Amino acid sequence: MGFLTGLAWLVAIVIGVIAIGWTFRAFTVAISPKPLAKELRTAPLTASFGMVIILIYIIVAIFAPAIAPFSETEIVGREYEPWDDTFLLGTDNLGRDMLSRLIYAARNTVGIAFITTALAFILGSVAGLLAATVGGWIDQLLSRAVDVLMAIPALIFALLLLTIVGTSIINMILVIALIDSTRVFRLARAVAMNIVVMDYVEAAKLRGEGLWRLISREILPNALAPLVAEFGLRFCFVFLTISALSFLGLGIQPPTADWGSMVRDNATLMTFGDITPLLPAGAIALLTVCVNWVVDWQLHRASGLKE
Amino acid sequence: MSTDSKEVLLTMKDLRIEGRADEAWLEIVKGVDLTLHRGEVLGLIGESGAGKSTIGLAAMGFARDGCRISGGEIMFDGIDMRASSESELRSLRGRRIAYVAQSAAASFNPAHKLIDQYSEAPVQHGVMARSEAEGDATDLYRRMQLPNPDEIGFRYPHQVSGGQLQRAMTAMAMACRPDLIIFDEPTTALDVTTQIEVLAAIRNIVEQFNTAAIYITHDLAVVAQMADKIKVLLKGEEVEEADTPTMLSAPKEDYTKSLWAVRSHMREEQPPLRDSTPIVAVRNVTAGYGPIDVLKDVSFDIHQRRTVAVVGESGSGKSTTARVITGLLPPRRGEVLFNGEALPADYRKRSREQLRHAQMIYQMADTALNPKLRLRELIGRPAQMYLGLQGKQLEDRIRNLLDLIELEPDDYIDRLPSELSGGQKQRIGIARALAAEPQFIICDEVTSALDQLVAEGILKLLDKLQTEFDLAYMFITHDLATVRAIADEVVVMKEGIVVEQGPKSEMFQPPHDPYTELLLSSVPEMDPNWLTELLEKRAAAG
Repeated sequence: MGFLTGLAWLVAIVIGVIAIGWTFRAFTVAISPKPLAKELRTAPLTASFGMVIILIYIIVAIFAPAIAPFSETEIVGREYEPWDDTFLLGTDNLGRDMLSRLIYAARNTVGIAFITTALAFILGSVAGLLAATVGGWIDQLLSRAVDVLMAIPALIFALLLLTIVGTSIINMILVIALIDSTRVFRLARAVAMNIVVMDYVEAAKLRGEGLWRLISREILPNALAPLVAEFGLRFCFVFLTISALSFLGLGIQPPTADWGSMVRDNATLMTFGDITPLLPAGAIALLTVCVNWVVDWQLHRASGLKE
Repeated sequence: MSTDSKEVLLTMKDLRIEGRADEAWLEIVKGVDLTLHRGEVLGLIGESGAGKSTIGLAAMGFARDGCRISGGEIMFDGIDMRASSESELRSLRGRRIAYVAQSAAASFNPAHKLIDQYSEAPVQHGVMARSEAEGDATDLYRRMQLPNPDEIGFRYPHQVSGGQLQRAMTAMAMACRPDLIIFDEPTTALDVTTQIEVLAAIRNIVEQFNTAAIYITHDLAVVAQMADKIKVLLKGEEVEEADTPTMLSAPKEDYTKSLWAVRSHMREEQPPLRDSTPIVAVRNVTAGYGPIDVLKDVSFDIHQRRTVAVVGESGSGKSTTARVITGLLPPRRGEVLFNGEALPADYRKRSREQLRHAQMIYQMADTALNPKLRLRELIGRPAQMYLGLQGKQLEDRIRNLLDLIELEPDDYIDRLPSELSGGQKQRIGIARALAAEPQFIICDEVTSALDQLVAEGILKLLDKLQTEFDLAYMFITHDLATVRAIADEVVVMKEGIVVEQGPKSEMFQPPHDPYTELLLSSVPEMDPNWLTELLEKRAAAG
C-alpha cells in the first residue's frame, strides 16, 4: 500500500468518523426530550461517534446468535482459510469461523468487563463514601487495607490470586473487581472528602439524618459526575486486563471466544503478512478509544470548563 | 493635588460587552460612557451583576473568559485599546494600568515570597532591575504603613494577615508607578477595623503619586471616602454620575435614592426580659480546638421573641459560639441550657425534639443548600422528618413555606438552587429552618454575602417571621449597621471573651468598652470627610 493510498484511507476514515458523529448527534437531538437534547447538543463529534460505536457493540453483543453466520465453537472448515464468500474473515487455527467468533467475543469480553466494572464500582464507592463520611477508625481501617492491596502490582496480584482460587469466569470477575475497587475507593473517598465539609452536609447532620440518607441523598448525588467519568475509564482498564489475562491463558477459557485469546491463538498468521489476527486487537482498540472519547466529554462537562 | 488634573487619561464611549449564555451572546454592559482625568478617583457602584467588574477589566482592554467587548471605544492616554494587539496591551498592563483584586489571599501565588511577586512586573517590563525593585518595594511597604517594611517582603502570603496582604497587593500594583489602578472591591473581604487601615493606605498612596483610579465597590460609605466622583450602575447601564458631595446630598434618580435609603430599616427595640426562663442560655462556656481555647468563659441569655446580636471581628469566637450551641463542638467547661434544661454537649446525643428547636441559617447559601436537590425536598425534608408530614399535607406545607418567604410556590417548588439568585437562596435557607417549626434560630452572617438592597429584604423578612412565630434569634455579624437594624440585645466579643453586653440602646450610647468604641467608630459613614476626621482624631488620641 503506497503512501498516497494510506493517506486517502486516513482522510476517508476521518471524514467517516465526522459524518457518523454528526448524523448521530443530529438524530438523537431530534428524537430525545428537551433537557436531554440540550445536553446532547454539547457533545463533540468524537463523543458522538464514540456513542454510535458503543451502541453497535452493545447491539452486536445482545443479538450475537442472530447476527453470527456460524456457531461460536463449531469447526466449520480447514485451518487458516483466507477471506472468501463463505468465511467473510476466514477461519482460525482450528477451522472455526473468524467473524462468528469475533461477534460472540463481543458478548463475552464486553459483558464480563461490564459486570466486573460495575461490581468494582459498587464495592469501591460504597466503601469510599463510608470512609469519608464516618471518618475515624473506619476510615483508617479501610484506607490502610486499600493501601496494602494497591502496593502489589495489579496484573501480578491478579495472576497470583487466580492461581490460588482457580481460573473460572466467576473467580476472574471477583478478583479483578476486588483489585479495581481499590482505585475506585481512592477516588470516591477523595471526592466525598470535599463534599463532607460543605455546610449542607453539616445542616443534614444537625437535622439528625442517618448515615444512609447522608450518603445517598446529600453526598452521592454531588460525587456522581467524577465517578461516572471514572467508570468509563475503569471499564477500559478492566477490559484490557481481561484481554491480557486471556492472552496469558488465565482469563476466559477455550472454547469460549474472547478477543484477547483470539489474538494469541492466531498470532502465527501475522508472520505471513495476514491482518486477520489483528482484527480482535482492533476491536479492543476501537472500543477503548470510543469509550474514552465519551468519558472525555463527560469529564469536561463535570469540570464545568467553558471551551 | 496635581497641576495637570484636567488632562484626560481614560475615555470609554458607548462601551458594550457581551457574555455567552448557552448558545447566545447576551449584552451585560449596554453602552456605558466614562471619562477619567489624571489623578482622579472614580467610584463605580451597583449591586452584583451590574457590570462593575466587567467595566473595570475593560479599562485594561480585557474581557473575562466567555465575554467579549462587542462595541464602543476605549481610549487610554491616546491609545486605542480595542485596536491594540495583545502584545501592545500586555506592555501596558502592570506597567501603566494595574489591577487590585478583591481577595488578595486568592490572588497572590502562595509559593513565592511577596517581594518576588512585587519585583516580577517591573523587571519583566524593564522598568527596574531586581535590586532596585527590592529597595523600591521596601519604600512602598513603608508608605503603605505595613509593619516591618524591611522584612515583610521576605514572607510568604500565608504568613501575613488579610489586611496586610491587601496593602501589599496595592503596593505591588504601584510598583511600575502606573497612571491608572483598578481596585475591585479591595476591602469587601475585610473586617471593619482592618478596612479602615487599608482604605487610609490606599487613599494616601493614590494621592502621593497622583494616580488615577477606578474604585469598584457595593459599599456606598466606602466609596464616599475614596472617590472624587461616583457613577451608579444598574444592570449594565449607567443610572447617573456626579461629584461625590453632590451625589451623596442630592441624588437625582429613584434607584440611587433607594440605595441611599437602604440602611433605614430599623426595628423597635423590645424591652429586655429578666425574669422568664431564657430559650437558650450559654453558661460559662470554655471551648476550643486542640490546645487553644477559642472561647473563654462565655455566658449570655437569649429570650423568646428577642434578637441577640453577637458582634466582633473575625477570630473573635462568634461562629465557635454557634458551634457550641448546635453541639458541633462540645465545650471543655460550661453548658448550654435550652428552656432551663441542659442540652447534651454533642449533637449526636441530642433528641430529635432538641435538634428541631434549634435551627441554623448559614452565611453562604451556596454551600448550605445541596445543589442536586430540588426546593421541594430541601424545604420539605425537615417537615417530613420532624413533623411526620406526608403526601398532600407535606405538599401544602412546602407551598405555605414558600409563601412565607415571598416566593411564588408554583414557579419555584421544582427548581434547583442553581436556578435562584443569591437572595432567593438565602430565603430558602430561612424556609428550611422554619420548616422544623423551631423556637430558636442561629443566623450566621446571613446578609454579609448579599447586596444591600437584597440584605435589607432578608432582614425585613426575618423580622416579620419573628413576630409571627415568636422566634428567638442569635444573630452573628460583624456589620454594625445590621445590628442597629435588627437587634434587641448586643454581645460584643473579642478574642473569645465577651467584652460587653446589654440592650442595643445602651450599646450605641457611650461610655463604651475601648474595643466596642473602636468597632463602632470604624463603621464607614456616608459623610465624605468621615475617614479624614476619624484618622485625625485617632492620631490626636494615639
